[in-house]
Amino acid sequence: MSHLLREHAPISETGWRLVDDEARARLTPALAARTLVDFAGPHGWEHSATNLGRTQRLADPPVEGVWGMQRRVLALIELRVPFSISLDELQDVDRGAQDIDLGSLDEAVRRLATAENSIVYHGWKGADIAGIAQAAKHDPIVLGEHCERYPRHVAKAVEALLGAGIDGPYGLALGPEAYTRVLETSEHGGYPLLDHLRKIIGGPLVWTPGIEGGAVVSLRGGDFLFDSGEDISIGYERHDAQTVDLYLSESFSFRVVTPEAAVALS
Amino acid sequence: MGFDQYHEPADELPEETRTFARLCASLTEEAEAIGWYEQRLALEPDREAQAIMRDAQGEEFKHFSMDLEFLLRRTPLWREIAEGILFKEGDIVEQGEEAEEQAVEGAAARGAPVTGSVSLGIGSLRARSTT
Repeated sequence: MSHLLREHAPISETGWRLVDDEARARLTPALAARTLVDFAGPHGWEHSATNLGRTQRLADPPVEGVWGMQRRVLALIELRVPFSISLDELQDVDRGAQDIDLGSLDEAVRRLATAENSIVYHGWKGADIAGIAQAAKHDPIVLGEHCERYPRHVAKAVEALLGAGIDGPYGLALGPEAYTRVLETSEHGGYPLLDHLRKIIGGPLVWTPGIEGGAVVSLRGGDFLFDSGEDISIGYERHDAQTVDLYLSESFSFRVVTPEAAVALS
Repeated sequence: MGFDQYHEPADELPEETRTFARLCASLTEEAEAIGWYEQRLALEPDREAQAIMRDAQGEEFKHFSMDLEFLLRRTPLWREIAEGILFKEGDIVEQGEEAEEQAVEGAAARGAPVTGSVSLGIGSLRARSTT
């Protein structure tokens, strides 16, 4: 039995299939950061740290004439988001009901995906993770609210990357507000702004819940590393006569290897 | 009644694995029937009997194909490998090796769950961003 304790949940195979399928379907469009960064793993729940290949000199060796170094690693973080499902609803799944209320799961999915995207772009100081926007070496470009200027800003970001010798194609991550503005906008002649921006970057433009502003990043590979321990899974917490409490969880680390390969858009 | 399609205790197997095993057994039986009809047709001199057996063999072709399609739909990696082999001209062995290599490497690159994992198997979404 795995640490997720799924076998203890009063959920039939049909019920588990529905819950897993719902979570997978909702997560896939929301996990936007994964569309632009390198993904390694999953290495399993026991995977606790990412090797950085570096060391730090240790002070005060126990014996004179001996010196020591300690390996540096980046510890994985665990994210966990609880949610609940009514047992009546789960029993109706087995009766063939199609309109099951999974609102709590959907909200948990939104929170987890938003957190993952936010950590990749804005980092998490307490976890020693620097996000893309923080690590980027180039000066951030102010995106603003005037969509007609976006092509100029994005082109400037691409120029900065090219100037640093960072090859494309490039991807553009935009927070929900900026993304919606882009979708709503057509340029002179009715040409969709979305298509114009895609032509400039040569890659995807990605709706990214959980980030402020956006970023232009190189997609050449090897610059932004997402190291997965256990990929997103659903585990069992407890149940009573009315509801079963479950949770979404994952473990991962993230690091920016090439700070020159991204330009933050604020 | 035998339950030969199971190699592990049936009551310990998940429902979907039991269904999968039943369809695998069915696929085998349809292939055997196709082979048997092929042998009978090779020896049968009566044209009317031949026509009946051809019709029966056609049924087995249909059953085999339906079983196969079901199994491929439930097994994405198998489907991906099959897509690199079926309905193509050229060297079957070469295409098989190539399809297997690409499919297995692709699954690993997408972050397909490690064996025994119960994760949702989402992994990398880089491929999605390029479509």
